[in-house]
Amino acid sequence: MLSIKDLQVNIGDKSILKGISLDINPGEVHAIMGPNGSGKSTLSHVLAGKDGYTITGGSIEIEGQDLAEMAPEKRAREGLFLAFQYPVEIPGVSNIYLLKAALNAVRLHKGLSEVDALDFLTLVKEKIKLLGMDEKFLYRSVNQGFSGGEKKRNEILQMAIMEPKMCILDETDSGLDIDALQIVAAGVNSLRSESRSFLMITHYQRLLDYIVPDVVHVLSDGQIVKTGGPELALELEQKGYGWIGQEA
Amino acid sequence: MASAVSSLEKYVEEYDEIKSTLPGQELDWLVQLRRQGLDQFSTQGFPTIRNEDWRYTNVTPLIKKSFQSVVVKPSIAVMPEQMHDYYVPDCWQVVIVDGHFSKTLSKLDGLPEEVVVMALSDALIKCPDKVKRYLGQAVENEDHGFIHYNTAWFSEGLFVWIPQQVKMKQPLQLVHVVTQENVATATRNLIVAEAGAEGMVIESYFGSQAQAYLTSSISEVFIAENAHLTLYKLQNEASKALHCSGIYSRQEKHSSFNYLDFSFGGLMARNELHVNVGFAAACDLNGLFVGRGRQHIDNHTSIEHLQPRGSSRELFKGILDGRARGVFQGCVKVFEDAQKIDSEMHNHNLLLSDNAEIDTKPQLIIYADDVKCAHGVTVGQLDDASIFYLQSRAVSEEDAKDMLTFAFANEMVEKIKVSGFKSYILALLLQRFPQGSIEKEWL
Repeated sequence: MLSIKDLQVNIGDKSILKGISLDINPGEVHAIMGPNGSGKSTLSHVLAGKDGYTITGGSIEIEGQDLAEMAPEKRAREGLFLAFQYPVEIPGVSNIYLLKAALNAVRLHKGLSEVDALDFLTLVKEKIKLLGMDEKFLYRSVNQGFSGGEKKRNEILQMAIMEPKMCILDETDSGLDIDALQIVAAGVNSLRSESRSFLMITHYQRLLDYIVPDVVHVLSDGQIVKTGGPELALELEQKGYGWIGQEA
Repeated sequence: MASAVSSLEKYVEEYDEIKSTLPGQELDWLVQLRRQGLDQFSTQGFPTIRNEDWRYTNVTPLIKKSFQSVVVKPSIAVMPEQMHDYYVPDCWQVVIVDGHFSKTLSKLDGLPEEVVVMALSDALIKCPDKVKRYLGQAVENEDHGFIHYNTAWFSEGLFVWIPQQVKMKQPLQLVHVVTQENVATATRNLIVAEAGAEGMVIESYFGSQAQAYLTSSISEVFIAENAHLTLYKLQNEASKALHCSGIYSRQEKHSSFNYLDFSFGGLMARNELHVNVGFAAACDLNGLFVGRGRQHIDNHTSIEHLQPRGSSRELFKGILDGRARGVFQGCVKVFEDAQKIDSEMHNHNLLLSDNAEIDTKPQLIIYADDVKCAHGVTVGQLDDASIFYLQSRAVSEEDAKDMLTFAFANEMVEKIKVSGFKSYILALLLQRFPQGSIEKEWL
């Protein structure tokens, strides 16, 4: 699904990612853990196509297509989705309008017709229930005045509507209380399938109790220093990140 | 400078030729008022950038064209179907084409009998005393060339008089259309809401076929005790037109004035708005100006609180693309006896290109000591983080920019309380941001 080879990324002259390689197969859930400043967010931004980063080496491919050459909207249409750590507030653009615009852009890219208004409403109402959100959120401006938890749920709602192939969750657990975390995790779990892959970027092990990964990577100073199963996350939780560096 | 003088002379020379055709020749007071206007115009001419209030807006190059008063040109017959695009649904209409009232194009069926709505030229024949009570009263302390020009030259206008306690059930639209090239039109509107009355008026200015022309329009608005007036204005002139308008309102106690201005057209537009707020009266003034190409749109507003307990709200938003230039000058003046005033003035601007420009100048002049006055101004571009966020949701960069620009404008559209006018403005805005993805969901 997603294949990253020896990816090197700079911000200005500063090297942030120093050769990352990662293969995620369809249906797999990977987690990337790492201390602050290890390059976790840079990785998610580069995958989604945000400006301000220079790829100095390596490659990123989604299903064999070169991702680095694609505009962010093209990546989204090809099925890559980033759930933001800090979702942006957009006053004046209603949530339901964005959901529909997003879905239609994806459908048109696939050669499908625009979604029928009634079908769309049925779909949205079904998904919003899944995330325990009130329908009134649909008619509010995107993320404006939403609490931290509401914003994260809204990200998952967008994901559920767009039905991407490759989902990147950037610190989705940050700022969530335990109830909200459970709802968000249940939403994500309901989207797990054999053809859909996930990459979860997180500082803490907590999220992984609810969304159990197949593979855990540890990112430190721009490099993956260790890869293992879910048990690696528990080990990190107990010992902290300090021992990884020593061992390497 | 020499050319400015000679163009002024051309305007003044023309006056002798046209004055006998202007309405109200048999009314001494009006003849005298017009003569004063002419005298002052002859001395001052049109304002130049040496005048502090006009330093950002230079009309001299456009005025040099010596637009010819429309009254000396024969009116071209306009077919009702040509007007279709200008009518806002569910409104009464008074139509002025090339400075002349058109009875056949106007629609006033079902207007309550007690409400007086007619062309100003008719009002000067049928109820001259009523006109005399108001004409020139709201602009009496104002002093610039366009007002004097308008007073001397006006050929027509809208006269609205809503008697005490009468509530107009639907809006009245003034449809002002210019169809001829290189003409000057001058109209004077009088809008009067007597005590406890309620009314809604939409002033709309269009150019059809003609490209370059001058529209001079002055509206004097009188809102008596406990009366509530809503005034919307749409300026959608032709692409080379010069539009100079002024709204001057006088509010008595416990009255309210809601004003909403949409300025989209013309090569150069100067929109003046002067409000005098009475005791415990409230005004809510809003505007949206959208410029592109080489358009220049100047909003010059002033709010005067002479009495205590008044409140004023003002929000103007500008969107400028290409080499367009916008101006916002807002002045709130609170006089010594006007205690307990609550006033807020805001101007937010969105610059869509590196060459677009905004000059914004909010001003508070306060002589009273117990008042609450706030003001704020922002100038910005579309937010990169928001554009990226929308792109990450499969929306193209172009669509994302249009969406965000439209969202910025939409706050002002949402303020429109008349659904017909709201749809009308939305349709005009959507022409400006033509991405197919922005559609009826906004309606």
